[in-house]
Amino acid sequence: MAGHATDKIVVRNLNAWYGDFQALKNINLSIKKNTITAILGPSGCGKSTFIRCLNRLHELRSDAKIEGEILLDGKSVFNMDPVEVRRKIGMVFQRPNPFPTMSIYDNVAIGLKLNGVRDKKALDRVVEDSLKKAALWDEVKDKLNMPGTSLSGGQQQRLCIARAIATNPEVILFDEPTSALDPISAVKIEDLLVDLKGNYTVVIVTHNIQQAGRVSDYVAFFWMGELVEFGKTAEVFENPKEELTEAYLTGRIG
Amino acid sequence: MAARRLKDNALTIYSILSLVVIAIPLLHIIATTLINGAQSLTPEFFTSLPKPPGEEGGGVANAIQGTAILVALTMLISVPAALLTAIYLSEFPESRLRDLIRLLNDTFMGTPSIVAGVFAYTLLVTKFGFSALAGAFALSVLAVPMMVKTMEEALKLVPTDIREAGLSLGIRHWRVVTSIVLRTAMPAIASGVLLTVARISGETAPLLFTAFGNPNFATGILEPVSALPLMIYVYAISPYPDWHRKAWGASLVLMIAVLTINLITKYKLRRR
Repeated sequence: MAGHATDKIVVRNLNAWYGDFQALKNINLSIKKNTITAILGPSGCGKSTFIRCLNRLHELRSDAKIEGEILLDGKSVFNMDPVEVRRKIGMVFQRPNPFPTMSIYDNVAIGLKLNGVRDKKALDRVVEDSLKKAALWDEVKDKLNMPGTSLSGGQQQRLCIARAIATNPEVILFDEPTSALDPISAVKIEDLLVDLKGNYTVVIVTHNIQQAGRVSDYVAFFWMGELVEFGKTAEVFENPKEELTEAYLTGRIG
Repeated sequence: MAARRLKDNALTIYSILSLVVIAIPLLHIIATTLINGAQSLTPEFFTSLPKPPGEEGGGVANAIQGTAILVALTMLISVPAALLTAIYLSEFPESRLRDLIRLLNDTFMGTPSIVAGVFAYTLLVTKFGFSALAGAFALSVLAVPMMVKTMEEALKLVPTDIREAGLSLGIRHWRVVTSIVLRTAMPAIASGVLLTVARISGETAPLLFTAFGNPNFATGILEPVSALPLMIYVYAISPYPDWHRKAWGASLVLMIAVLTINLITKYKLRRR
């Protein structure tokens, strides 16, 4: 298996700080193309910081500092224009955050519109296609001009996924995408994640062990800023190598 | 127990009394202006120019035109300046320059309005003479700090999440600011602008030696213009009873205009 999948993202010796607080300590891991990698761990363990380093959002904070190497298809993201990096690595956030003043249509089309796409037909096509991939099209096709915020929480989150898909990224990061949703909406998002990996490389942050088990191919367990264990989800879950991982998986810590 | 209840009641009564003490003069002002001003509000009052001193009749059309010109010019000058400053304060990383700008802005907000008039006088009037433009400049000195404050607060109310969502789509920072953050903050920004219009349309002191006043219609922005508050000032201290009535009328017009603006702001823009 490992031979077929190629490394999409390689992280080497990654360290990250907020002021004097070190949030990530010497992280090394590789994310395989067209797989789902779950970043698992309790609150405050550095999971979100880790994926925010990948698309260079971390460095926007004035007290943020970052060291180490992140390679996207073999090229360092720190040598690329951050805008370019973020076009290749999309992101979906913890709370659904559609742009409040925009229609459903504009929420999906805005990324392309602001990057200069004017062709109405092309935009229509991308909006429809993205909403279909986000499993939202059938629910919203008759009300594309309604505000994005008029949708339910779960629908808003799928709208945000459609928005991320529309700019045609290669990798999509999910920062605890279901933690603000009801269980039924959460299941829909999980199903969607599995569908997405055919076309995208997916990284999902979660503190939910069952969720990581259901959706991910690989799992990275973080604890207090360190990567404790990384491997195929089935292997890590059945046979954790580290004491700490086992303790977390069995609910003794967390 | 009884003592506590007594204290509680006493405080309630004290609060109500304070409210009454504050409300009475306010209602008195509104009532007096209504009673004295309403009789002046004839069609002629709005459409004709003033008659020479001592002569009955005429209107304040020139002052209404002047106030419209001054407010429009002031907004033309100060909205872009204040908006760009607020964007700098809210959307760019913390820096010492930012702290300095905030300090200056707060200081300007506390500046007496007559100082703004003197400033515009020395800068513009001594070289180019009295004009609507000089008046608008003086009013802008007052308007910009007020608007910077409300606009910065409006921008800060936009959640960080919204900015990050924009950036994570690979949209450039300035594009995120202009097309997403500003759009989200627009109702609050617009209400800030309108409240500033309400504030400055009643300013008198900065206009005394800038816009100066004009008994006729102004035909350009480089000429002196009249304004409602200026007209009220001049008419109220004149010896003619007819002018006193007109000053009340103009006060009523100004009050209704400000009230309308406040109501629009309250019910149209703050509903979200």
